[in-house]
Amino acid sequence: MSLDVGSAPHRDTEVRKLDRVVIRFAGDSGDGMQLTGDRFTSETALFGNDLSTLPNFPAEIRAPAGTLPGVSSFQLHFADYDILTPGDRPDVLVVMNPAALKANIGDLPHGAILIINTDEFSKRALQKVGYETDPLEDGSLEPYQLHKIAMATITRAALEETGLSKKDAERAKNMFALGLLSWMYHRPTEGTERFLREKFAKKPDIAEANVLAFRTGFNYGETTESFAVTYEVAPAKLDQGTYRQITGNTALAYGVVAAGQLSKLPVFLGTYPITPASDILHELSKHKNFNVTTFQAEDEISAVGAALGASFGGSLGVTTTSGPGIALKSETIGLAVMTELPLLVIGVQRGGPSTGLPTKTEQADLLQAMFGRNGEAPVPIVAPQSPSDCFDAAVEATRIALKYRTPVILLSDGYIANGSEPWMVPDVAQLPDISVRFATEPNAPDGSGEFWPYLRDPETLARAWAVPGTPGLAHRIGGLEKADGKGGISYDPDNHDKMVRLRQAKIDGIDVPDIEVEDPSGEARVLVLGWGSSFGPIRAGCRRVRGKGHNIAQAHLRHLNPFPKNLGEVLRKYDKVVIPEMNLGQLALLVRARYLVDAISYTKVAGLPFKAEELQDALTEIVKGV
Amino acid sequence: MTTIDLGLPNIGALDGVPTTDEKQTAKQYTSDNEVRWCPGCGDYAILAAVRSFLPELGLKRENITFVSGIGCSSRFPYYMNTYGMHSIHGRAPAIATGLSVSRPDLSVWVVTGDGDALSIGGNHLIHALRRNVNLKILLFNNRIYGLTKGQYSPTSEVGKVTKSTPMGSVDYPFNPISLALGAEGTFVARALDTDRKQLTEVLRAAAHHRGSALVEIYQGCPIFNDGAFDVLKDSEEKERRIIPLKHGEPIRFGVDKGMCVVREGLTLAVRKVEEVNEADIVVHDETLEDPAYAFALSRIGEHNLNYTTVGVFRSVNRTAYDDLARNQVATATASKAPDLQSLLTGKDTWTVA
Repeated sequence: MSLDVGSAPHRDTEVRKLDRVVIRFAGDSGDGMQLTGDRFTSETALFGNDLSTLPNFPAEIRAPAGTLPGVSSFQLHFADYDILTPGDRPDVLVVMNPAALKANIGDLPHGAILIINTDEFSKRALQKVGYETDPLEDGSLEPYQLHKIAMATITRAALEETGLSKKDAERAKNMFALGLLSWMYHRPTEGTERFLREKFAKKPDIAEANVLAFRTGFNYGETTESFAVTYEVAPAKLDQGTYRQITGNTALAYGVVAAGQLSKLPVFLGTYPITPASDILHELSKHKNFNVTTFQAEDEISAVGAALGASFGGSLGVTTTSGPGIALKSETIGLAVMTELPLLVIGVQRGGPSTGLPTKTEQADLLQAMFGRNGEAPVPIVAPQSPSDCFDAAVEATRIALKYRTPVILLSDGYIANGSEPWMVPDVAQLPDISVRFATEPNAPDGSGEFWPYLRDPETLARAWAVPGTPGLAHRIGGLEKADGKGGISYDPDNHDKMVRLRQAKIDGIDVPDIEVEDPSGEARVLVLGWGSSFGPIRAGCRRVRGKGHNIAQAHLRHLNPFPKNLGEVLRKYDKVVIPEMNLGQLALLVRARYLVDAISYTKVAGLPFKAEELQDALTEIVKGV
Repeated sequence: MTTIDLGLPNIGALDGVPTTDEKQTAKQYTSDNEVRWCPGCGDYAILAAVRSFLPELGLKRENITFVSGIGCSSRFPYYMNTYGMHSIHGRAPAIATGLSVSRPDLSVWVVTGDGDALSIGGNHLIHALRRNVNLKILLFNNRIYGLTKGQYSPTSEVGKVTKSTPMGSVDYPFNPISLALGAEGTFVARALDTDRKQLTEVLRAAAHHRGSALVEIYQGCPIFNDGAFDVLKDSEEKERRIIPLKHGEPIRFGVDKGMCVVREGLTLAVRKVEEVNEADIVVHDETLEDPAYAFALSRIGEHNLNYTTVGVFRSVNRTAYDDLARNQVATATASKAPDLQSLLTGKDTWTVA
């Protein structure tokens, strides 16, 4: 499609060139802030900026209107270079009501742009969130470049001719805000207009009203002269290739589809709706043409059970969930360990324990994934480091599951599940072949012509996998301990000891690539080790530390079980190892236990990702102390 | 209730499962695992019935799979020379659902008990029945927990004194047939471990039903619930108590068929034939769409087995979940060839040169 940047004329404003901008839209849950943010993101992606997003919304679908708990926001960071996080503090904050102002103003640096929809600032609305005086009048907003705009009033007036009710017309005010910001940042607008017409295809009057509101916002910037400056952020110089924008959950769904195609197995997703993982089900249910079956089960246990049953039958069994669901699935994951069947368990972590913070992010399920089963039940763990990386992580987790006949837990989290970034679309021909071979012949080494389901590949220790329907190989598996090789029930003490050790050795022996260290100086004495979604903030923090003239090294784990073979050696090279995590030090616990390295744990469990700024401060202090 | 018409042809019960002309024997269905139930356990009789009945289906043995949960009955798959999975407590219907939906070429059987199916696995059982997954579910009901050595179960009668209820149990039991009918079961039947012929008939009917078939089998546990079903074995008593159901025939039983079932108000009642109009005797129709009739049948008799109805309560056609789910995949595939590159690329891309 064509990019119509500047296709609408910009009056003679000063155009300031920026290398990066952080914008945050904030309003009531019903104000459409997520949609507004999504659209601005799409415009920005098509324009060619690098970007990173952070949606932040309450667990309630419609929290009481105008209250602090009901505030929903969407932050977008875009730049002309490769960026790593959604940004610490907004340069521009758009607020639709007093609650959104109160909840977000603390993050806005002095001097930043603040755009307020004044229509919602009634005395009652102000009192509801505890404002004793009107911040629009009391001078408390003087430190900011304040723009007061009666967005609802203007939108309503613009839509008067459409015949829409007052209420419906005012609902389009988010599109007004989007139009205004699109003007300010020279965003292409064609995609949004097309999107609105598609989204409301069945209600053309609503579609046109939204397009009109969007244009009204754009024209407001163009004509009112209250904005003296517009901004340009040039497209980013990313690696050569074709890009698209993608969220972590979509990338996981695509990764599962790809894993099915690359393994040449049907995909069977057994799942139960749970925030923030449900979107993977929604996406996969659209792609049944890739031989994908989606089964919305009666509960989490049935979901994983059905997936394991499908694996038994020779499908790629997949289940998707979040922390509480992993807890419910534990026993079945243990059965998959015992029966040595492949199973992909995707856990999109959220704030815990218990129901916790369903829509917020956290990395506190690592030890649950690692140890949350009865008995010695080792399970490989793979963690993606960014939204687009979810695709590769899903393929890698499946590769391990199939090659080693084991359940694998993939740990994503709410931050990258809902966040988005540009993704260089992979060439399918370059993706790995992860196909498997089922047993088709008797394999008994004693020449008896029997099939021994627990006879192992000497290299991988994977057992022979014969699916029902294969003549001559009928056998029974299950949760009871099995005799090594032959696979009958065995209560023999020595056999159990051997089987426990074999299952552990199989997981320990998985071919995990070595961990790589980023240290441009080659002289760093402090290493920062992370895992999962905190990659972006950690790398951004390290860049800033280096920018101040210090040396610091960074390494990031994709494989948490088993660890890369060279991890211990790498850790011992540094005077200090720092492990930032959105938990109370779970990776640090594992690293300290495994390698006897006195790692420094830096933790935060606020339901939001680390800010580069706070990591910069913490890391600088440590680097200075060495 | 109407059959959902999705343009699917009427699918035969065993369609899709490969058959063989070779003569099969019970022995071929016997695995080399030593059977380890207690002497006198009713499970032996059921195992023997299943082993000798399966050959008549003419299916390839490798295309039959047994999935079980946990409990005495759930050891069953180990004793069948077919594919099998002895899974975890209560979850067999869930695991079997994934297997059955993903493998149209398999005949999938679930073996479960009263504790496994109705207590810890109650949720999976009712949802498998509601969906009408193509599973043959054999529920061995001995009204006791055997493997854990004798606690009362969800089918134990009120007041049952067991290790865990020295003062008698106080919870009200499930009637598995009523439960299955309430869960929208399309095939619901009951059999006795002690009546091989009737058990085999019910198993045969279940095998030939496409969709979920639930067969409750009263099964004696001589160790922890000895004599629970004795009245149904005693040659005199059983004639007075057992009400056999035969599709299309008036429901009569007892000495000289002197007893019968009639409609009374909104329900069914047992009466002496001589006291009723012969035209009022209910003619059994297992195909009635409205489950109310079958439910009323399931309520005849008390938990003390004063009357016990056996046979097929209900057998109706409703397209199996498996067929519907697979049809969606087939429809999607027919309308859009899988093109991974195109999926990954999507609609909105930009190029960095």
